[in-house]
Amino acid sequence: MSELAAQPISRLGERALRVAEEFGEFALLSQKALAALVRPRFPFRELLLQFESLAVRSAPLVIITSVFTGMVLALQTAFSLTRFGAKPYVGSIVGLAIVRELGPVLAALMLGGRAGAGIAAELGSMQVTEQVDAIRAMGADPIQKLVLPRVAATTLGLPLLTIFAITLGIAGGMLVAEAQFGIAGSFYLQTVTNVVGVSDFASGVAKTFVFGWAIGMIGCHVGLATEGGTVGVGRATTRAVVVASIAVLVADFFLTKLLLLLPTDALLAALGRLLGGT
Amino acid sequence: MSDAPAVEFRGVRKSFRDKAVLRGLDLRIQSGETYTILGGSGSGKSVCLKHMIGLLRCDAGEVFVLGREVSRLPEHGWVGLRRDFGMVFQGAALFDSLSVFENVAYPIREHMDWSEERVRERVRRCLEGVGLAGTEALLPAELSGGMRKRVGVARAIALSPRIVLYDEPTTGLDPANARRVGQLIRALQVELSATSVVVTHDLGLCFAISDRVALLRDGRLALEGPAGEVREHAELRAFAEGSEPPPPTARPEAAIQPERPEAAIHRGGSHG
Repeated sequence: MSELAAQPISRLGERALRVAEEFGEFALLSQKALAALVRPRFPFRELLLQFESLAVRSAPLVIITSVFTGMVLALQTAFSLTRFGAKPYVGSIVGLAIVRELGPVLAALMLGGRAGAGIAAELGSMQVTEQVDAIRAMGADPIQKLVLPRVAATTLGLPLLTIFAITLGIAGGMLVAEAQFGIAGSFYLQTVTNVVGVSDFASGVAKTFVFGWAIGMIGCHVGLATEGGTVGVGRATTRAVVVASIAVLVADFFLTKLLLLLPTDALLAALGRLLGGT
Repeated sequence: MSDAPAVEFRGVRKSFRDKAVLRGLDLRIQSGETYTILGGSGSGKSVCLKHMIGLLRCDAGEVFVLGREVSRLPEHGWVGLRRDFGMVFQGAALFDSLSVFENVAYPIREHMDWSEERVRERVRRCLEGVGLAGTEALLPAELSGGMRKRVGVARAIALSPRIVLYDEPTTGLDPANARRVGQLIRALQVELSATSVVVTHDLGLCFAISDRVALLRDGRLALEGPAGEVREHAELRAFAEGSEPPPPTARPEAAIQPERPEAAIHRGGSHG
């Protein structure tokens, strides 16, 4: 093979190696974060601070996004269903779409954009100004001090944000259904509850624990791998948002597939019996 | 003084991607001395310093700290050992979100189970020692470059370490502040009786504070010896003037093969 023809193949090989290396480093960081979880002196105070900064402060963004998504969804759905004389079913469709998919995914994308970028920028700045080295030099563990509280905050915060998003998304849809299409609020809610079951809600919210964990881990991994001064911090921030968004969408597909295969209703019933029994 | 050197490198090699930075570095720093490593930008001085405290791991060779081989020590193994170190970073590396008090208290809280009152007293004394009493409530962003460096020093000495590492302590400072930091390093050396390792390209600072001096070039020591003896050496003159180093044959062997470091310390070194 000529040298010219080999060049693209070698570049492709280098790229594949870099990706594999990146996955390896990410897996190592995840393993270290899990190990830090069971170590003594869990950073509760830092977790609360991060929860406030990453999750609570993301709430307005998630609320606005979910309310307007619910409104647009109701608008589009009702408009299309009117053609078939099926307008009363708007609540069922909006409810199901928001509970199973849109609520979890939109909340995750919003958190990924805001918190993922924030984590990467903060840790990236700390990395290039040697603050991460300073933590290590003082005998402390950056995983426990920096990574663990952030990942825990996004993992626990996203499910709560998703419950907000689902509730307000359905409420947004109800507002449009009533004001624009004359569907009574009580009837709209009834059609929602007729179709949306506990298992739908549980499968929607369950996914967000994984999304939240992925957003936190990606932000931390990208931030701690930052090189090249302020330019590097800018690049890391962008990268964290892009990778977190892609990770949420890809993970959503596989998790949805997995949750559809699982006997969710039976599992929930067993859980109910277990809790009822105790 | 214990017999084991505070820090010893044996054939240490370190590369970053394809770039070899340390190429079989050997050095021996005795307990209680002030040892300065000189070298141009990118010569590997800071890399060398980071190996001493385990922030970097060598590709080959051995590193001994206080008589213990540490080059293969896992990260958790360093946690207790770093209690014996204080490090002053080039850009001070203060935590932006914490006040001066919280920055200096950080290593104390990490390693000691002291009462809040005792922590406050210790921080106050450290800040007093670097001439920054009363700055506890300020944030790093509210400090000048010189003040940030001195807070960095206060944080490094908070636990009275046995070894203090200084990474370019005068870089970015005006001459008055640079002189002040130099005097501070010397004063702390006397007060703590700690081993001080200083990495710099500031010759004025080097000869003001050092017992022994080493010049790092091409990943190895080009020169090492007591400060008073190496001062006029051709290698050092070439470094100061930014000219080509002399060919190996022109180098006086005595300066490249220094006397035993203990002798320099017993003599009190030369502080220029």
